[in-house]
Amino acid sequence: MEAGTFRISKMEIPYAIQARPDTGLYNAKVGIWLFLASEVMLFGGLFSAYVLLRVGADQWPHGWLNVTLGTANTIILALSAITTLLAWVACKTGQFGKFKFFHACTLLCALTFLGIKSYEYHDKWIHYEIKLKDGTFADGHLVEKSPDFDLAKKTGTVTLHGRIVTDETLLYDLRAQKNVELKEVTVPTADIKQMENYGPWHNTYLALYFTLTGLHALHILGGSIVIGYIWGPGRRLWKKNPEQFTNRVEVSGLFWHFVDLVWIFLFPVLYLT
Amino acid sequence: MSELKTAEQHNAPLTGKSELHEHPVDFNNYLRRCLFIFIAIVCATSLMIWISYLPEHYSWAEKVAMILAVAGANAFVVAGFLMHLISEKKMIYTLLVFTVFFVLGLFVLTICATQDFPTGTTFR
Repeated sequence: MEAGTFRISKMEIPYAIQARPDTGLYNAKVGIWLFLASEVMLFGGLFSAYVLLRVGADQWPHGWLNVTLGTANTIILALSAITTLLAWVACKTGQFGKFKFFHACTLLCALTFLGIKSYEYHDKWIHYEIKLKDGTFADGHLVEKSPDFDLAKKTGTVTLHGRIVTDETLLYDLRAQKNVELKEVTVPTADIKQMENYGPWHNTYLALYFTLTGLHALHILGGSIVIGYIWGPGRRLWKKNPEQFTNRVEVSGLFWHFVDLVWIFLFPVLYLT
Repeated sequence: MSELKTAEQHNAPLTGKSELHEHPVDFNNYLRRCLFIFIAIVCATSLMIWISYLPEHYSWAEKVAMILAVAGANAFVVAGFLMHLISEKKMIYTLLVFTVFFVLGLFVLTICATQDFPTGTTFR
């Protein structure tokens, strides 16, 4: 070789397709399982924080979340897990058309899940609890704020679709209360002692709800980006190296199933118990 | 010297099998299996919801225990069949044993922490 010149040969990362003799697995599979182990520790830490805070709480809200929407999201995520697996099987059997169809279904399910979750977040965002100066509480969804509404200057009014209760504990266990009558309640700002929406700052339950579901939603988003890449620009690899492509689909699928697994525990913990 | 091989070298002497050819798969067989798994997940979800609406004479702790048991079975179905954990390699099982050990340790430490408060203070 002449001095000062380099000959770059085509290098290949070993065991991207073939299984290592010592582990019996290709490297990416070991990698994703190690990553999932770290994810288990991450969510495990948050779940244990949930247990610790819940056991120490004086009262815990029930019925604050919409079980129908939570169930819909559970079914959608289960369906996406199935389509992910079928996309991988389609690759294994060399049916690229079916792969494209099932992976598109997975993406659609993921976007629907995120759409429903966004709706639920918005529902909490516009839900207010107002502590009034007479010791009662107005609680409900924001209908409108008058144009001159200013909490600091004590001007204007705020209208909620909800109810007024004398005891704050009545706002906690909504499951135990049947036929709660909701109506439009207009509150003058001068009567307001404190006004707060149902954001993560409202109480421990909502802080945990937003943290756990927010982190989970970020995982859904990340998984969707990866699956979208494999379905879109990444599909070129199928022509060059179908086995490596299939392995990529399997690895992304394992991550997706893990995300489904986390939701299987999040749903009952936050919506049902 | 680098362990990396050229494409030609890498394709020649294969010491390990490609997993693609390890287990022949049948699409229709998988489709049927997936249908059963999906029905199982839907049933488990319905069962959890039904348990959560059981009458008041079931204590909160009983309901939580039953719901978590169903969630655990549901998780087993997803991990076992969708993630193929019921027929994985020993390496994966070893890794998971360590993971379970550390997660259980995390939970035990949390439970211990509920009883661990500074001397001279009381727990409400």
